[in-house]
Amino acid sequence: MTLAAFLLLFLASLAGWAWNRRAAAALWRGGARLHSLPSYHGGTAALAVAVPGLALILVWLALQGAVIDWLLLASLPEAATAALEPGARALLQSEIASLARGQVFGTPEPWKLAAAAHLVALGQTSRALLLGAVALASGLALFAAHRRVAAAFRARQNVERILLGLMIGCALVAIFTTIGIVASLAVESARFFSMVPVTEFLFGTAWEPQIPIRADQVAGAGAFGWLPVILGTVVITAIAVGFAVPVGLLSAVYLNEFASPRLRAVAKPLLEMLAGIPTVVYGFFAVLTVAPALRGFAAGWGIEVAPNTALVAGGVMGIMLIPFIASFADDALAAVPRALRDGSLALGATRAETMTKVLIPAAIPGIAGGVLLAVSRAVGETMIVVMAAGLIARMTINPLDSVTTVTVQIVTLLIGDTSFDNPKTLAAFALGLMLFLVTLAINVLALRLVRKYREIYD
Amino acid sequence: MAHFNPSLLRRRRRNEVVLRSLGFGALALAALMLALLVGSLVSTGWQAFTQTHIRMEFPVTAERVKPDDIAKGNFRALVQDAMQAALPGLPAPEARKLAAMLSNAAQFRLRDAVLADPALIGRTVTLTVPVSDPYDQLAKGQIDRATPEANRRLKDTEVAAFDTLAAEGRVSQPLNWALLTNADSRFPELAGLRGALVGSFYALATCFLLAFPLGIGAAIYLEEFAPKNRLSDIIEININNLAAVPSVVFGLLALAVFLGWFGMPRSSPFVGGLTLALMTLPTIIIATRAALKAVPPSIREAALGIGASRQQVVFHHVLPLAMPGILTGTIIGLAQALGETAPLLLIGMNAFITASPATPFDASTALPTQIFLWADSPERGFAARTSAAILVLLAFLAAMNALAIFLRARFERKW
Repeated sequence: MTLAAFLLLFLASLAGWAWNRRAAAALWRGGARLHSLPSYHGGTAALAVAVPGLALILVWLALQGAVIDWLLLASLPEAATAALEPGARALLQSEIASLARGQVFGTPEPWKLAAAAHLVALGQTSRALLLGAVALASGLALFAAHRRVAAAFRARQNVERILLGLMIGCALVAIFTTIGIVASLAVESARFFSMVPVTEFLFGTAWEPQIPIRADQVAGAGAFGWLPVILGTVVITAIAVGFAVPVGLLSAVYLNEFASPRLRAVAKPLLEMLAGIPTVVYGFFAVLTVAPALRGFAAGWGIEVAPNTALVAGGVMGIMLIPFIASFADDALAAVPRALRDGSLALGATRAETMTKVLIPAAIPGIAGGVLLAVSRAVGETMIVVMAAGLIARMTINPLDSVTTVTVQIVTLLIGDTSFDNPKTLAAFALGLMLFLVTLAINVLALRLVRKYREIYD
Repeated sequence: MAHFNPSLLRRRRRNEVVLRSLGFGALALAALMLALLVGSLVSTGWQAFTQTHIRMEFPVTAERVKPDDIAKGNFRALVQDAMQAALPGLPAPEARKLAAMLSNAAQFRLRDAVLADPALIGRTVTLTVPVSDPYDQLAKGQIDRATPEANRRLKDTEVAAFDTLAAEGRVSQPLNWALLTNADSRFPELAGLRGALVGSFYALATCFLLAFPLGIGAAIYLEEFAPKNRLSDIIEININNLAAVPSVVFGLLALAVFLGWFGMPRSSPFVGGLTLALMTLPTIIIATRAALKAVPPSIREAALGIGASRQQVVFHHVLPLAMPGILTGTIIGLAQALGETAPLLLIGMNAFITASPATPFDASTALPTQIFLWADSPERGFAARTSAAILVLLAFLAAMNALAIFLRARFERKW
């Protein structure tokens, strides 16, 4: 039905295009001097139908759920809903909704069945009304656009103005995405902080996200101090970056200065392949191969290691970051002006000396920007740590111990059932907010570094 | 003038060699890691591309299956009958217990066959059915016959029974097409990727339909029309930052806004595609802007010179010339989106669903979330399937990247 509305709109706008184009072409054949080409007259009609119609459908779809819920609730018997709390009311609504989908468990009361039938009818009415509204709006727009066909009508300017508006709208989607991220994280975090004090979250040293099942449960309240979680994140990030920076940087140095063109032609795609592998694959690699290998190796030395150590998660994440750092360092080294390199070589410096004393110092801002972006990637990386790191938050920096990270906690808190009324699920949004702010700060710094550096040599 | 000092020169040359070999070592280490990763996946995954099957004769008796109500027939007992008949050397109760050698699907295949042709009642039906996971492992040599019986997943009698049947030439190991054509299942031997493939397809289609036009529109505006003012600067900085926001944050956005506030269906590929579109948008915008920038100004000036409007210049001349670059960037963006897992986990695309989704609004998994699900499954058979699923995913990614490289090589013009 909704698909039919879209189809109707598409056909109507196609019809408007053809109709107005023919009308304009007829004017032209009749000897009139048209201001705009006939296709722009067609475009005016097509846009006049499509843009408001699309807006109508989207607004309708966004609002219909809420309106139907409200109508349904109003139609329920007074006695059944009057005493209900919001939670119980939501439960009742979802029960009726599942009845309406035909999933009947047990023998529900007759008024619930009636409500389910009412819900189905409301849905059908809404869809039929939408189709009618789209048809009506398209028809009106079609005729209004057709009446504007005239030799003097500035159809091209009209079309171009609307197109420009649409393109601005496209560019604004990026802004709205950011606003959406900030708004959703802030709203849910605010609800979390109304249940758990901000100071406890920021400075608490225990992270035991759980909610009491019974009111009188002992030690059931949970603790929401994020310090052990962020400490675990720092440990894993440090291991990952500590592994990736030397390997990535040295690879870039070799590719940039020493490698033959043939080796370059092989090695660069190889690094790109490493960069293109999804992180869930790295996670499985860590669990399948690296963790057992480390355990076997440590057992040989008589060291006992946790089943999911920070070392494995960080090391595999480091492999993922190698191509990232290598490509940034390669770009930065290649951007150093040739004159610096030639000057150094002409003075008799070896290629290694040119690299370490001239090129790398000159490229350091670009390399640092790349490293910072890698840090931000490591902090926000999710799948490798979800699969390879631990779940329990500990205040430790021992790489052979199991630690947890911000992203692991977000995923584990939100997998499964999610109701937005308890601190356990809302805590994920507070962590998400912190993650967003931290990575944003690093990214802004890194992008500024990279850009500033580019300006020096451009 | 300084004196020539051979030892200093030697040291300098040695430093050169050291840096050079360190660099080569780093590169070799990266290559080794890639080889190790692919190697371990192939070595564990290749076995899942075949599946052990066994040919059995099922005597369909009217006593077990009533002709007037076939669907309610006792096909489980029929499978046990067949096993008993195939292993005459064993006592009946023991032989009947060995029906567990056949996959759970056997009784349903049999039922479907009889439902399709009721005339089979009273006759013997020969079917080739998959064996259950432990026997599959046994046939592939994953279960060592030399280990003591107590430490082995199959008892001696079970191994012996399987060997008897194998000696009769009933066992075969065909290519495991079910890996691609079956939906998910609790039983490793029946689990396949169809639901995940369809789900990923719907999600990527949604992502493409949204992100491609939006990205091109935004890029054209920013590159060709945007005035140099604060708003344009803010949009530009914003896009660069969005490209670096962790993917799990997009998952939180989708969970709170799409599912929470708008009430869109949970676990659906449509919502997944919507989320992926927001993540892919910056990639497409950046690639499109680069492609537009690469079109030389002479094209624009020539078109303007013969009286085209600024939009005509863009839509009639610049955009078509930039299209190969835009498509290349878009395909690379979609390939990234195909491998994205974390945001899909948060919107519930890791549900256990045994049917492939009929529409983009049905609950479903996607390829990467299916990999995550299987990686978490305790059954031994799922380890091989996870590797196999990853190989399928990597094959798709390789194909998409190859397409992008082909497009670039074939259509991109150097000015």
